[in-house]
Amino acid sequence: MRKYSVFAVAREAMRGHKGWEAQWTSPEPRKDYDVIIIGGGGHGLGAAYYLAKEHGITNVAVIEKGWLGGGNTGRNTTIIRSNYLYDESMDIYEHSLKLWEGLSQDLNYNVMYSPRGVMMLSHNVHDKQSFSRHIHANRLHGIDNEWLTPQQAKEFCPPLDISASARYPINGAALQRRGGTARHDAVAWGYARAASDRGVHVIQNCEVKGIRRGPDGAVTGVETSKGFIGAKKVAVSASGHNSVILSMADVKLPLHSVPLQALVSEPMKPIFPCVVMSNTVHAYISQSDKGELVIGAGTDQYNSYSQTGGLQIITHTLDAICELFPMFRRVKMMRQWGGITDNTPDRSAIQGVTPVKNLFVNCGWGTGGFKATPGSAHLFAHLIAKGEPHKLASGLTLDRFRTGRLIDEAAAAAVAH
Amino acid sequence: MLLIYCPYCEEERSELEFRHGGDAHIARPTNMADITDEEFQEFFFLRDNPKGLIFERWRHIHGCGRFFNAARDTVSDKFVMSYKAGEPKPDLSGNAPATEKTVETYEATEGTAK
Repeated sequence: MRKYSVFAVAREAMRGHKGWEAQWTSPEPRKDYDVIIIGGGGHGLGAAYYLAKEHGITNVAVIEKGWLGGGNTGRNTTIIRSNYLYDESMDIYEHSLKLWEGLSQDLNYNVMYSPRGVMMLSHNVHDKQSFSRHIHANRLHGIDNEWLTPQQAKEFCPPLDISASARYPINGAALQRRGGTARHDAVAWGYARAASDRGVHVIQNCEVKGIRRGPDGAVTGVETSKGFIGAKKVAVSASGHNSVILSMADVKLPLHSVPLQALVSEPMKPIFPCVVMSNTVHAYISQSDKGELVIGAGTDQYNSYSQTGGLQIITHTLDAICELFPMFRRVKMMRQWGGITDNTPDRSAIQGVTPVKNLFVNCGWGTGGFKATPGSAHLFAHLIAKGEPHKLASGLTLDRFRTGRLIDEAAAAAVAH
Repeated sequence: MLLIYCPYCEEERSELEFRHGGDAHIARPTNMADITDEEFQEFFFLRDNPKGLIFERWRHIHGCGRFFNAARDTVSDKFVMSYKAGEPKPDLSGNAPATEKTVETYEATEGTAK
């Protein structure tokens, strides 16, 4: 792999950009691998990268039905933060945030991580109390989070309407300054390039049609549209389709898949300095480096794999955005789409072993998986390599729905889905 | 937005009048205190989450207020039928499920990766 640098850019500028090589190779699958990862999104590609880098396991294939990052990795609103309430969540999201901070250097790929601050608006007494609780819990855990008065919030984000006559008055905000955004496609591509460089096979347009098991019940490989591929271990990280894949091995998961929508506006000059979220009126918004306002809407109430979603969901969010930021009322929305999120009953992810030997699962990241990408991938690689969870992910096991040791972030989400 | 047929009101109404009620035909164990943790997990948490035909409960919360069941395809979001609560699960095994070839999905509309 030729390293990217300012010198490479200068060199290629001199010779008409003819020397750039493909970022990753697209080999035909081998007969068998040590590890097959199903799902070529950020979590799966990242796990392959960390398997190769930290555990020396390079005989790995990542199998993707569509194209890299074409699922939820390329469909989210790219928000990164770690201000969760419970220890288990704080551990994993903070681990992830720390990896985000050095990810571009680690991968030699600009993922455009931008710690511009994530500000959560408080509109009423309940918000103020629950955010204060979050702030105290975070600070006890060594995670930055601070309370802002409405005036301070306005200084931090000038477009905000804090007037007393506003439709949704603001009585303060919680701010995580290290939170921000990153470029989602670059995360998938960066991991794919770095993993491919270390010998990982990235196989696109290859649908998994079945999971084959031996006489002892252990996994022996996967049936795909390119034929059978053997594997000592199979790891599933297929976001909305995890239930579908795991049902091939007769494993039932506590998941329901629902569409989550996002939309972007026409591009504008830089006008919006941070990420703003409001749980109470359900809106979150930031501005991409291309200049589009990136707006996240809610989930539909019913199970679906349709990657669309109801119009009333996005209009509800746009109503709230127009009230909070009156200057955006005449902005045109350009594109809208949906991604299929897999949600657990307690809204915390599942990462762990399954009842089937040598079959691992990384699922249930629901509506907030992008921010977890490096941390989740790193810990998932540890799980696959060692056969047992890393201590930071030890609370996320599938077993918790039997023992009752749930991590109830459902009551603590930044935006209620 | 879905258009949902309420079998009690006997008409199609907008989704805004309805609240989704999770999977249908899940019987609550009558001996709840005696069942094992595995059985409780199975009853309370584990779901098929099918890609294709699903049987689910809806409540016409801003209408007649009653619960009913419906069969829907989770790929096309189209309702096959809705029926009153308490009626047996209909046999719809003859229906061809929607596939990504018959429904607009990203695979169908944007082609395959190069």
